[in-house]
Amino acid sequence: MKAHALQAAPGQAKAPLRLRLKTYFSQRRRRQSLLALLFLLPWIIGFLGLFLYPVGMSLYYSFTNYDILQPPQWIGLLNYAYMVHDPVFWQSLYNTLYMTVLGVPLSLGVGLGLALMVNAKVAGVSMYRAILYLPTIVPTVAVTIIWMWIFNPDYGLLNNLLSLAHLPTPGWLSDPGWSKPALLVMVLWSTIGQTVIVYLAGLQDVSTELLEASMLDGAGPWVRFRAVVMPALGPVTFYSAVTGVVAFLQLFTQAFVATTGGGAGGAGDLGAPVHSTLLYSLYLYQNAFQFLHMGYASAMAWVLFALIMLLTIVLFGLGRGLVYYEGRDGA
Amino acid sequence: MTAPVGAPTAHVPSPTRRPRSRETALMQAGLIVIAALFLLPIAWMVAGTLKTNGEIFVVPPVWLPSPPQWLNYPHALRYIPFFTYLRNTVEVSVLSVVGTLISCPPAGYAFARLKWPGRDLFFMVSLATVMLPFQVQMIPLYSVFRSVGWIGTLLPLIVPAFFGNGLYVFLLRQFFLTIPKELSEAAAIDGASEFRTFFQVMLPLVKPALITVSIFTFMANWTDFLAPLVFLNRESTFTLSLGLQFYQSQHFTAWSYLMVASLVFTIPALIVFLLLQRYFVQGFTLSGLKG
Repeated sequence: MKAHALQAAPGQAKAPLRLRLKTYFSQRRRRQSLLALLFLLPWIIGFLGLFLYPVGMSLYYSFTNYDILQPPQWIGLLNYAYMVHDPVFWQSLYNTLYMTVLGVPLSLGVGLGLALMVNAKVAGVSMYRAILYLPTIVPTVAVTIIWMWIFNPDYGLLNNLLSLAHLPTPGWLSDPGWSKPALLVMVLWSTIGQTVIVYLAGLQDVSTELLEASMLDGAGPWVRFRAVVMPALGPVTFYSAVTGVVAFLQLFTQAFVATTGGGAGGAGDLGAPVHSTLLYSLYLYQNAFQFLHMGYASAMAWVLFALIMLLTIVLFGLGRGLVYYEGRDGA
Repeated sequence: MTAPVGAPTAHVPSPTRRPRSRETALMQAGLIVIAALFLLPIAWMVAGTLKTNGEIFVVPPVWLPSPPQWLNYPHALRYIPFFTYLRNTVEVSVLSVVGTLISCPPAGYAFARLKWPGRDLFFMVSLATVMLPFQVQMIPLYSVFRSVGWIGTLLPLIVPAFFGNGLYVFLLRQFFLTIPKELSEAAAIDGASEFRTFFQVMLPLVKPALITVSIFTFMANWTDFLAPLVFLNRESTFTLSLGLQFYQSQHFTAWSYLMVASLVFTIPALIVFLLLQRYFVQGFTLSGLKG
């Protein structure tokens, strides 16, 4: 109100500085809000059209029988009830959890080990870093094709080398007992460079003063690692664990290409042999676009989302206990 | 501390300078073995591009094909409509980068430096969108794109980039936050509008972040498989990720041609990586994952 009085008498001698500043800032705030609206307009449209609407519709479809050709029919919780009794659903969930439960810890452990190695002061270290990262830039389809050839039971590189060493030569991707480990090797090879880079960034944060102080205290390498390096890497580990879980639960391309040759009407059976690589996302895709069970696939998508949220919350819980943020709850 | 403060530090073994030649040698050897393991599949792909059909099935494996089949290259690229798929892939990747650069920096700026009611709430919402798996949006988006006749065109892969992306908005916001407030205030005192401050002062300062976000967008689109698989159903609009399937049929796989195509498919990504290496790392250090 005082600001209003100020504007009503523009010719008057200068109003107190505090008042003028107040007017200036309230005008500025209005201008900023308008500008923010303008700047966010694409994001707002995208949020409504590409996020909120699809999410709402997906939830709705999950309670319907929907084949995209006919309008969806409401069937309540039937899709979810059917899921409970669908052995293939459980098989695909098992396959994906297998990959996640083995893949994420392996990725973190091996990633940290490699990061420590390429953090050491040895000759050519930047070249080694680039080599570890190189597989991550190879397109996923190309990665899968290369490994399909390497894993080929008859003339693949791996079995060639194994037979030269008189070791057993399993069928890898075509053997239900070996297909998941083979898939895991392929995925880890092409993604671990990411984890290494993240850990390397984290290692730059390890305090050299603390390291030197602990050496003065006579701490050996293992104690130094446990007491100084590991705590500093907490946030980075947490970040890698969350992104790793999200990525592994959605794993799709490698298994899809490896079993179909890369096309929707491809040469092989999705998830072959005997559903051993039928990952959750593959079964979801199959229901949606091969069987046209869009309602069931939507319900599966929501179960996947719930699973991702659940595991993230579990990780947050674990993280709160284990992660030490410097300067937050100081020593 | 057991060492008395102020004691001469010259005797203190510094962790970096202590001579540990045996450990270093071991480390060096370990790194060579690991590097070889990581490079092996790539070397195998490159060797494969130059093999005859006979050499592909030979035991023990051939690493240096003789004579190298250079003609595999032109043959492979004509075996399928490779250049059509390449053009589609370039189109999707480049236009997505353009869309991201138009839609994300202003949004990141609005979240970082402008004051408006509800900002922090909306920022959390924006972050939450990152957690949603594509599988949830996929079916409704397919249904919408189908009803507007976009299925079988490249539009479903390009248009969304023009409407923001939670992850990139987040990265850019983090970067805008690192720029001292004094700079934009100085510009305001000099009479620049908020609008001009953004375009002429702030945007040039966040160039590294713009490059990082461009790289991420380019790489994600270059290698994407699931979205093209869902949205493209006409062969003439296929990207390379989808097109490579045509080197395989039920009974025959043209391995050497597949390796040529895989290599050529990788090279643009490799060039981006080699030229802009440091920006790859920046994205991770920027994301605020250091707590």
